[in-house]
Amino acid sequence: MMKKRLLGTTAALLAGLAAGSAHAAFSDGKIKIGVLNDQSSLYADLSGQGSVLAARMAVEDFGGSVNGTPVEIIFADHQNKADIGSNIARQWYDVEQVDAIADVPNSAVALAVSQITRDKNKVHLNSGAGTSSLTGDKCSPNTVHWTYDTWALANGTGSAVVENGGDSWFFLTADYAFGHALEGDTAAVVKEKGGQVLGEVRHPLNTADFSSFLLQAQGSGAKVIGLANAGSDTTNAIKQASEFGIVQAGQTLAGLLVFITDVHGLGLQTAQGLTLTEAFYWDLNDETRAWSKRFAEQNGGKQPTMVQAGVYGAVLHYLKALAETGDDSDGVKVVEQMKAMPTEDPLFGKGEVRVDGRTTHPMYLLQVKTPEESKGPWDYYNVVSTIPADQAFRPLDKGGCELVK
Amino acid sequence: MASATGQIGTAAAASRAPVHQYVAFAVMVLLLVAAPFAIYPIFIMKVLCFALFACAFNLLIGYVGLLSFGHAAFLGAAGYITGHAAKVWGLTPELAIVAGVATSAVLGLVVGALAIRRQGIYFAMITLALAQMLYFFCLQAPFTGGEDGIQAIPRGRLFGLIDLSDMMTLYVVVVIIFLAGFLLIYRTIHSPFGQVLKAIRENEPRAVSLGYDVDRYKLVAFVLSAALSGLAGATKVLVFQLASLTDVHWAMSGEVVLMALVGGLGTIFGPVAGAVVIISLQNYLAQLGAWVTVVQGVIFVLCVLAFRRGIMGELGRLLKRPF
Repeated sequence: MMKKRLLGTTAALLAGLAAGSAHAAFSDGKIKIGVLNDQSSLYADLSGQGSVLAARMAVEDFGGSVNGTPVEIIFADHQNKADIGSNIARQWYDVEQVDAIADVPNSAVALAVSQITRDKNKVHLNSGAGTSSLTGDKCSPNTVHWTYDTWALANGTGSAVVENGGDSWFFLTADYAFGHALEGDTAAVVKEKGGQVLGEVRHPLNTADFSSFLLQAQGSGAKVIGLANAGSDTTNAIKQASEFGIVQAGQTLAGLLVFITDVHGLGLQTAQGLTLTEAFYWDLNDETRAWSKRFAEQNGGKQPTMVQAGVYGAVLHYLKALAETGDDSDGVKVVEQMKAMPTEDPLFGKGEVRVDGRTTHPMYLLQVKTPEESKGPWDYYNVVSTIPADQAFRPLDKGGCELVK
Repeated sequence: MASATGQIGTAAAASRAPVHQYVAFAVMVLLLVAAPFAIYPIFIMKVLCFALFACAFNLLIGYVGLLSFGHAAFLGAAGYITGHAAKVWGLTPELAIVAGVATSAVLGLVVGALAIRRQGIYFAMITLALAQMLYFFCLQAPFTGGEDGIQAIPRGRLFGLIDLSDMMTLYVVVVIIFLAGFLLIYRTIHSPFGQVLKAIRENEPRAVSLGYDVDRYKLVAFVLSAALSGLAGATKVLVFQLASLTDVHWAMSGEVVLMALVGGLGTIFGPVAGAVVIISLQNYLAQLGAWVTVVQGVIFVLCVLAFRRGIMGELGRLLKRPF
């Protein structure tokens, strides 16, 4: 096995030397992008192999090479453990000549990879992680955060729901830092937009029985019940709310961190009426539909999630920047080039990569269709409103990023 | 007369370490010297941290017969304290490690004092319950960073002199820490104290009837195991420069059971072999995606069905020598 690796390295070095004469710019004669995400557990559906496919499609659409240098995509499963993710990231950079790591859902792993990428001066193209500290107090000149963050979701859902008449809120909050942050961000937006928060109830992480919490929420008389939680807590709360007939009785459920795969798992019967924010929906316009059709054909019929779409967008923009700089050795320079060029792709439209690493693009307030409205598989959302790119993300000066001066 | 000296001779030989264990130890050290030139050093350091953790766990299950299902608490608590000490208080790495190990030892004293009052499944349940309490504490406490963990922990300079950011220097330090922990465990097992522990494992009422204060022996062994687990956790934090919830999660307690079981319970080198196998699977099969956990499960089933003594246990049986 070791022998194989040594041979591989030697071969890569030789290839590098051979290519070096023709294209002096790209180190080791190859551009290598590693997709590091969850392939086996809770985020496997929303990132997983679909993200690998999205990255490959980006390479394909770019023509398979940058200025004649081939682009290769590799992937690995971080199993949602920061130490495994960090080990793979270091090994990729040190041994396997990887130039950029893409996707990386799970905040703890993303922050670890962001730090390592900075130490090694490579590029971190994040799509899957939600933590807004990636472009806030823990921002890095080597990191681009493409798709969404918790601030954007809280802000999108909070402001758009209030504007659409949902002006009194009650929060169902997972009792740990993440839940508190989500609730705090959303509550601030709701109040700013003139709504009021009638109360909140904290539930422990990984709760199975939401009945007493939901009864409190129902009893509060609030028009909107905000779910400041994630994963199985959110889906459990939605399921039980459906059994209680909360949506049918006139209250709206607002999910602050819900993906299309969650809706797919819940089914329209259960999830109908749920309001949420996403950065991408496959059925937005002709371009997204065309791309998603290609994607679904290679993905067993499953439509892309916003995380997978984000991997496509980020990798494509990275390759464009490489074509400009002609050099992959200095990660900071490549990211600076990414920030200098406006972003444009069929999935996210026009936008920019801000100085703190945040990519801006429109976000969408969506409502889950009823089973009667839905015309076919994956036809899940009505677009309620579009939040323009310049309002969708946290203002530059509010994040506390050291790169913003 | 001749037979009597013969018996004394064997007894003396048994109390000294058998030659083949010296050979095995020498092979292990040689491998550790050669390994970083062939394998990625960070990966070996990770294996060593888990090997030490598994050895510490094995001290309890293999030699006292106590199945702790909350050992992740000691690994993780020491990690958080070491990380916090190095990052926020700015302590040098050795002081940060000492702080972490001391935390785990004190935690071990508290958990141990409560848990050793019960036996078997109740012991395991109490350790699990207390470890879960610690998990929820770490999830909530502000200094642990919740699910983001503590990131970008500086490796610093050992004794204020030796720069640990150099990979090979760090490797040497980690190897020394591992070997020190390993030898301490080895020494403990082969001391009169260790003999009493084994007596307790074999027949507790008999050890009581012989006049040993069994609870005290168990408690000391528990604290020692907790402190060594803490040493593993503290070292791991310096290697990866991060402390996260993974290390205090109950799945980590399960993983260490798996390592000890695959390697061989109650063998000296078994946990090391188990850690090598499990961590290599996690790392090198990461390319296989969803299959990692499946492969891990299959190995576990095979181990339980086909070679119950674990890798080192079966090897020892084949060679008729305990490893």
